[in-house]
Amino acid sequence: MPDVAKGTWVQIHRVVLGPEERSPHLPDDTKKVPLELRLKGFLTHDACIGDEVEIETLIGRRVKGRLVKVNPEYDHGFGRPVPELLTIGMELRKILGGDGR
Amino acid sequence: MTRDISYEAVMARKNEIMKKAVGIDYQVFESGGIAFDYERMMREVGYTIDEIRKIQAETGVGNTPLIELKNLTKLARKLAPPGKGARIFIKDEACNPSGSFKDRRASVSVYRAQKLGFKGVIAATSGNYGAAVASQAAMRSLNCIVVQEVFDSEGRGQPEILEKGRKCEAFGAEVIQLSVGPELFYTFLCLLEETGYFNASLYTPFGIAGIETLGYEVAEQVRAATGRDPDAVVITHAGGGNVTGTARGLLKAGCRNTKIIGASVDLTGLHMASDRDFNRKSFTTGHTGFGVPFATWPDRADVPRNAARSLRYLDRYVTVSQGEVFYMTEALAQLEGMERGPAGNTSLAAAFAIAREMDEDQVIVVQETEYTGAGKLPSAQLTFATEMGVEVRRGDPAGDKPGERIVIPEHPAQIRVKEVNLDALRKSYISNCIKHYKVQKLTGEDIRFLAEDTKTIEDYVRMVAEELGISI
Ligand SMILES: Cc1ncc(COP(=O)(O)O)c(C=O)c1O
Repeated sequence: MPDVAKGTWVQIHRVVLGPEERSPHLPDDTKKVPLELRLKGFLTHDACIGDEVEIETLIGRRVKGRLVKVNPEYDHGFGRPVPELLTIGMELRKILGGDGR
Repeated sequence: MTRDISYEAVMARKNEIMKKAVGIDYQVFESGGIAFDYERMMREVGYTIDEIRKIQAETGVGNTPLIELKNLTKLARKLAPPGKGARIFIKDEACNPSGSFKDRRASVSVYRAQKLGFKGVIAATSGNYGAAVASQAAMRSLNCIVVQEVFDSEGRGQPEILEKGRKCEAFGAEVIQLSVGPELFYTFLCLLEETGYFNASLYTPFGIAGIETLGYEVAEQVRAATGRDPDAVVITHAGGGNVTGTARGLLKAGCRNTKIIGASVDLTGLHMASDRDFNRKSFTTGHTGFGVPFATWPDRADVPRNAARSLRYLDRYVTVSQGEVFYMTEALAQLEGMERGPAGNTSLAAAFAIAREMDEDQVIVVQETEYTGAGKLPSAQLTFATEMGVEVRRGDPAGDKPGERIVIPEHPAQIRVKEVNLDALRKSYISNCIKHYKVQKLTGEDIRFLAEDTKTIEDYVRMVAEELGISI
């Protein structure tokens, strides 16, 4: 039973160039790995994670690839407070002659 | 008929694909050798300042405020010898619709694409430019594809680039996210062929002409605020368009004596195409990994003749460390109430150091800010850096080591600039021209061109050619 319904917002993955097809001018670490592509869009048919699928992108282009994520999250954030930065404001106000609040 | 889409076949069709996708025949500006008619290209393919102002007004681009950084100026004066410490101004480019000066650059390209009847635009960029093109395309009802370099081979994304991708999607663009490698260009060419969209290249005369209004506004606003021309304008330098467009705008406004200073974050030692190094840098643009290669070989770009040629305009080029820029980003927020950055604050860090060399009655301008937030803030970048094994500590920023250690200054007096040897860059550029065009001899036209393109004189070019063993 396919568990991802047609119309769901998903991410697909594809290898664009295998390591042997890549540009000859690459550093060694990059040479060893493929050039990969990730793209989001709406599934045009029911499917399971890992299937070869087709999506329709935000501008209506149809692209094929392996289904890897459903409703992919934006997981970048503000990060943790950085102790090395936290006191800079107080230090600067002191230099400027204030009390550093 | 099916096209051969192998790497070699597509790369071999590069010129043909590009000609269709930017609608410029560069051939007409060529001399057949090293020289080409840059000013004619800018004149015939670009637009005048007045035309651009009109185009930009249609989509709310430009006319950003110029703000005097009074507390940072005061701080710089505390740290400077008596009588020193120029007034520091900042141009709040974050006020553009997508949050950076890149809207100026995108506005003319997208206008042109619309006028020529293209259905959509494509941009190859991991930076703010993607969001700018996406935003302008949304306003002009064109489709937009942005191709980004985002992930390492473990699928880890640079937070700042992830944020820029999110923003493009927020404007309705399709975002193609690639892993590390220069073959992004191959994917880009395939897409241009497949879609027939316009290449909103960063490096066409349209893009650069779009930035001229920034320099022009700086001149007008500084004159209105201080009654004088800016003495120095500091410009964050990556691909060199920011320097080129701003300097041209200043010149068009008649600022003949304003010093043009480029500034980049020093990322010496990190390889830009390395899968490992990719996520060990905390700046994704405005750094030496773009700045130096583009200054010394601008025509590496996606168009045959790059309109961004920073050596033509630079009087001085300096670097600052990652830690110094993070420090100044914090200082800007804490003392001036402006949360901005990251790339735009590279020139701020440099200006803060350079202001202390200048007289009190002089004016130094930081010509941009950019929007910030999730992924882009120092806290986001430094959290990610720590996770990637980069050490973060306070100390003398001279101890900063890209990819290994980020040193946040202990005191603002430690913020200094390092000079980039412009002479070495000029020689390297001339040598690259000779290699690329495989010439045995420089013509009079080549010599004239190279003198203009390096902001030197013909005798200088002759001397360098002699050093390189090239006859003239
Ligand atoms: C905010 C910001 N500042 C400066 C730059 C550098 O501009 P350029 O690549 O034209 O040198 C960029 C782009 O890379 C940017 O996004």
